Amino acid sequence: MEAIKTAGLTKKYGALTAVDGLDLTVEQGELMALLGVNGAGKTTTIRLLTGLARPTSGDAWLLGKSVVTDSAAVKKVIALSPQETAVAPNLTVMENLRLMAGIHGLAKSEAKARTDALCGSFGLDEAADRRAGKLSGGWQRRLSIAMALVGGPRILFLDEPTLGLDVLARGELWDMIRALKGHITVVLTTHYMEEAEALSDRVAIMRGGRLLLTGAPGEIMARTGADRFDEAFVRVVQGGAV
Amino acid sequence: MRMLAFSKRNDLEVLRDPLNLFFGLGFPLVLLLLLTAIQANVPVALFEIERLAPGIAVFGLSFMTLFSATLVARDRSSAFLQRLYTTPLTAGAFILGYIVPLLPVCLAQSAVCYGAAALLGLRVTVHVAAAVLFTIPIAALFLSLGLLCGSVFTDKQVGGICGALLTNLTAWLSGVWFDLALVGGAFQKIAERLPFLHAVELERAVLRGDLTGALPHLGWVAGYAAAAAAGAVWAFLRQMRKQ
Repeated sequence: MEAIKTAGLTKKYGALTAVDGLDLTVEQGELMALLGVNGAGKTTTIRLLTGLARPTSGDAWLLGKSVVTDSAAVKKVIALSPQETAVAPNLTVMENLRLMAGIHGLAKSEAKARTDALCGSFGLDEAADRRAGKLSGGWQRRLSIAMALVGGPRILFLDEPTLGLDVLARGELWDMIRALKGHITVVLTTHYMEEAEALSDRVAIMRGGRLLLTGAPGEIMARTGADRFDEAFVRVVQGGAV
Repeated sequence: MRMLAFSKRNDLEVLRDPLNLFFGLGFPLVLLLLLTAIQANVPVALFEIERLAPGIAVFGLSFMTLFSATLVARDRSSAFLQRLYTTPLTAGAFILGYIVPLLPVCLAQSAVCYGAAALLGLRVTVHVAAAVLFTIPIAALFLSLGLLCGSVFTDKQVGGICGALLTNLTAWLSGVWFDLALVGGAFQKIAERLPFLHAVELERAVLRGDLTGALPHLGWVAGYAAAAAAGAVWAFLRQMRKQ
């Protein structure tokens, strides 16, 4: 079964069509990157898939549950790490993780096991007792993703997960995201082409709310005749040979 | 359980902010001490501890609007709420989670205020405990106003509206600092139609053991609290849909 399937998914804000008839499929365990220039509709697509926005028309099914008719069931299997770092600043790292465990209704023992494991795998142990608001951007981003994983989601949405991070912090976060591949389905948006190429099984390129192309980074490079992935992306977005 | 986890977080966010502790607890206590010192040198009936302590308790509660509004507004602006909207937490859990956990904080704040007043000469009777309990509807009013403002305004706007405007309105229109009859006219009529004066009079009546006299004031406060709660629920759900 597909993890995500959309059919004619459309979102309009007045005269503006932010997402226009999106037909997209993401397989279970796959890591897909949504790519596009500003205003392409990536973040709106994430908002539609996570139930933060309601489609104007069309529908999306996450593990068979419709975002239109069964959004409560969808929320039980997904998690979002938003574009902005979304942590509780006056709570410690561990308290933030336990907060998410409580919100997902985990039993105490299960919550402890899961938060301890996430602290370990995200290298948050040394900062476990520090307040989240005092952490650097890179550490906050790690925590933000770890918080999204506490509930044990089957589909994880990462909206610009490495935006604004330095090269080292980005590299560390890439390793953490790579470790998720195959275990859960990941959809990420990014403006960094090297990130999409390094992490994704497949990418979906959008422009003006429409899906232009999907495929593995290597396939897209071959189809566009480009030597580099960023070059291939530009050719697709500018409507060059595909 | 989900709501409890969210409630606990909201309590910690408010209580761990040193500015909140200063304005919520320190500032009212400083005012209580200062006005009691003035009263000792220049006796004024309005500042007798039996009349002053209820006024300071209500004034202190007005800061809870600022704290809860700031919390909600910051959560909205920081995308923290966006994250939580994708979890199984329901709309009701959000609303209760913002209001309920701060009620005990309000009760504790009121208890500390009356405790300090006791040290300054307030006679300790069962009515003091009753006065602390009767801060619940007043706290519900201020906390609902906080959720309402936090759902409508940005965190910067909240600072001006709840931090400056509301606390000043509470101070001027509650009869704590001066007798409203001295101003009279439209000012007094407006004050009598708003809940702040009634909140103070409710506390004063309960403190002197006059429950019959407290009832009309309780009606005003409860009415405004219900209206504020309804407005808060509407505003919160509206911004939740917009998110």
